[in-house]
Amino acid sequence: MPNLLSVIRRLGHAVVERIWRLGFAARFFIAILKYSGASFRRLPLTLREIYFSGVLSLLIILVSGLFVGMVLGLQGFETLQRFGSTEALGIMVALSLTRELGPVVAGLLFASRAGTSVTAEIGLMKATEQLKAMDMMAVNPIARVVAPRFWGGVFAMPLLAAMFSAMGVLGGWLIGVVFIGVDDGAFWSQMQAGVDWRYDIWNGVVKSFVFGIAVSLIAVFEGYDSVPTAEGVSRAITRTVVTSALTILALDFVLTSFMFRGTS
Amino acid sequence: MNRTVLDLWVGFFVALGVAALIFLALKVGNLSSARLSETYVLHAKFDNIGGLKVRGPVKSAGVVVGRISEIRLDPATYEAVVTMNVDGRFQFPKDTFASIYTAGLLGEQYVGLDVGGDEKVLKSGDTIAKTQSAVVLEKMISQFLFSKAADGQDKK
Repeated sequence: MPNLLSVIRRLGHAVVERIWRLGFAARFFIAILKYSGASFRRLPLTLREIYFSGVLSLLIILVSGLFVGMVLGLQGFETLQRFGSTEALGIMVALSLTRELGPVVAGLLFASRAGTSVTAEIGLMKATEQLKAMDMMAVNPIARVVAPRFWGGVFAMPLLAAMFSAMGVLGGWLIGVVFIGVDDGAFWSQMQAGVDWRYDIWNGVVKSFVFGIAVSLIAVFEGYDSVPTAEGVSRAITRTVVTSALTILALDFVLTSFMFRGTS
Repeated sequence: MNRTVLDLWVGFFVALGVAALIFLALKVGNLSSARLSETYVLHAKFDNIGGLKVRGPVKSAGVVVGRISEIRLDPATYEAVVTMNVDGRFQFPKDTFASIYTAGLLGEQYVGLDVGGDEKVLKSGDTIAKTQSAVVLEKMISQFLFSKAADGQDKK
């Protein structure tokens, strides 16, 4: 049975490899937190990363938010019409955006727009041995390169998710009220009566903050841990998107089951 | 010199994000739970609460004056004990009547407080003595049908 043995051996190797990487990622996270003092003392470093991962993601986030809200408006109207309660369109759009779609879709977009570029940047720095050169000059690459990118992402993500939700609500309003003709007052008043600041909006912000930490950590880790070749960097970028997407969706389920349990 | 332009963009980004949050807080949500900061607790016991939910509204004369914070079953009397957080600005007389109503035919259920005439007011932690349970539609229909059937027999 040499064939079966080698299969089992390869399987075991893959599992051990995953656990190894997970442990390294955890240690890496601690190291980022430990050396992140510099990214706050030298604020321009972090500001630059907020510009790259936040400001440059604005367009895709705002446009996607608008379109997701418009689709929600159309589909929600179609369904609510059957029950004769189209006035509830506002609360439906607002709740689905602030609770779920805002943080999750903004997180997925953020991972593919900003996370990939962070991974590519750090991976290429590693491939061209810039990180080693920094180490030689007694500059800690985690403090100088990794931590500002991490904090830039963590800071930008909740703001992007909030903008996504706000644009989505406006998109739903545009379709529902302006084009289809749902009553404007009922749209907003039902929404305001049903959406709670603490329960719905704040939980959404907490979610997007958690997603920001997860996506930023995955992006910087994959870049830092990439094989320093052209192929290795490209694989690291792919892994960033795949791992971020899976992590966001899994975390979303866990957070939702904690936050919105038992009521309504 | 590039840095000042960068600062401008980051400032713009942060301002936009904060504006979106304020929009969500004020226009989408209504900060209602923040306004109910000064609250006191009232209890009420019901035989049947129907579909009443935690965080449901407590209304007096149709105006929201509080939220339901807890619903549990009294193990001794098998009654449902509903705990409410009521806005501290409103005091209710001792003989206030608590009933469970439904908003519209398919709407959510809420606790309605019908004010009595007593001069003493309910304090925090008091239990409302007079309550009326939720109307269970099936019971009402079966009562109606039985009374109809009884009418039909009388005429024979």
